[in-house]
Amino acid sequence: MRNLGEALERVTRVAGIRGAMLVAESDGLVVAEALAEGLDGAAVAALAASLTLRLRRTATSAGLAVPQVVQLRAERGTVLSVPAGDDLLLVAVAERDANLGLARLELRQAAAQLGS
Amino acid sequence: MTDPIRELTAQLASDPQSLVFLELGEALRNRGQPAAAYKVARMGVNRYPELAASHDLLARVLADQGDRHAAAEAWRRVLELSPGHIGANKGLAFLAFRAGDPEGALPFLESALGAAPDDEGLAVAVQRVRAALDGAAARATAAAEASAPSALRGAEGFEPFEDARGVVLLDTQGLRLAGTVEAPDGSDVSDAVAAHLQGVSREASRAARLLDLGAWESVTAESPDGHLLVLPPTQSTVLLLLRDARVPVGRLGLIGEQAARAARHWLERLA
Repeated sequence: MRNLGEALERVTRVAGIRGAMLVAESDGLVVAEALAEGLDGAAVAALAASLTLRLRRTATSAGLAVPQVVQLRAERGTVLSVPAGDDLLLVAVAERDANLGLARLELRQAAAQLGS
Repeated sequence: MTDPIRELTAQLASDPQSLVFLELGEALRNRGQPAAAYKVARMGVNRYPELAASHDLLARVLADQGDRHAAAEAWRRVLELSPGHIGANKGLAFLAFRAGDPEGALPFLESALGAAPDDEGLAVAVQRVRAALDGAAARATAAAEASAPSALRGAEGFEPFEDARGVVLLDTQGLRLAGTVEAPDGSDVSDAVAAHLQGVSREASRAARLLDLGAWESVTAESPDGHLLVLPPTQSTVLLLLRDARVPVGRLGLIGEQAARAARHWLERLA
């Protein structure tokens, strides 16, 4: 579990990240979370898992491999999702002005840390 | 009946140095195969960089695809190589009008008229634009659009900008409105992709709303062999772009914005 906490902390340390969580991809349930106050973890998990699954199916139907990053961009922020091992997604919610380049990097490294 | 594109392709294959690529590129445009037309035009420009006609073909293909900046650049190159080129002047006038700049279009129309003084259509267009500039700018736009090259009118604008990997516009029921998407193996997967994307707009919208992020702007999926971008040009349509993984996602976003603008123009014309 120490590994899990470290992985989430690694992501949430990035400026502008409101929270990170580990989600079961198949059912969209929260496995672990480190979220700012006001963020509904269950909603983030379910929505991120559902959207990621839809994009994965779309990518596969287009003849592409499984996406390594899925990103929902909205007016006031961004949701990032990366695969983190068997049936798991590492998800982060970022503010509009967050450093998304750094956030993506940390997410992928944290996901690799979890998968190892 | 023989297929002219097949014939032209065979001619080009047997004599790669020939100028038949000009005819082939135009035929592909007319048949609504912009990605293939782009490849032919780009090949022609690489092979004949000093030939005005090769840049003119490339400009028309780029204009079809809605890439106005690159189209204008190509037409300006045509004018460097062939000052007074009628097609380039008409094309630049068209682009200026599309950008809402009738005043900027007038010099190009006048140059075209100077090179083709017997062209009644151009003469009328110049007169109308001059008159319109004295009055309502909106009337100027309409007059000049009527004088634009006919091949550039209509539903141009949201086919692939840089390679053959495609873009597709869907309605909210997952039905394809326009465009095609090809898998890396070249097969057409447009309808399969459309079916899987059905509902993505609603889902992205719901996710953004529930997380208090405002309206959704785009969804990106990055695979090792390709990048997907989904965005909503309008509330009732979804646009999907598929690009090679070498295209950075930031740049893909910019391409997507251009494509969305072109899609909105196209939808307005259909309305």
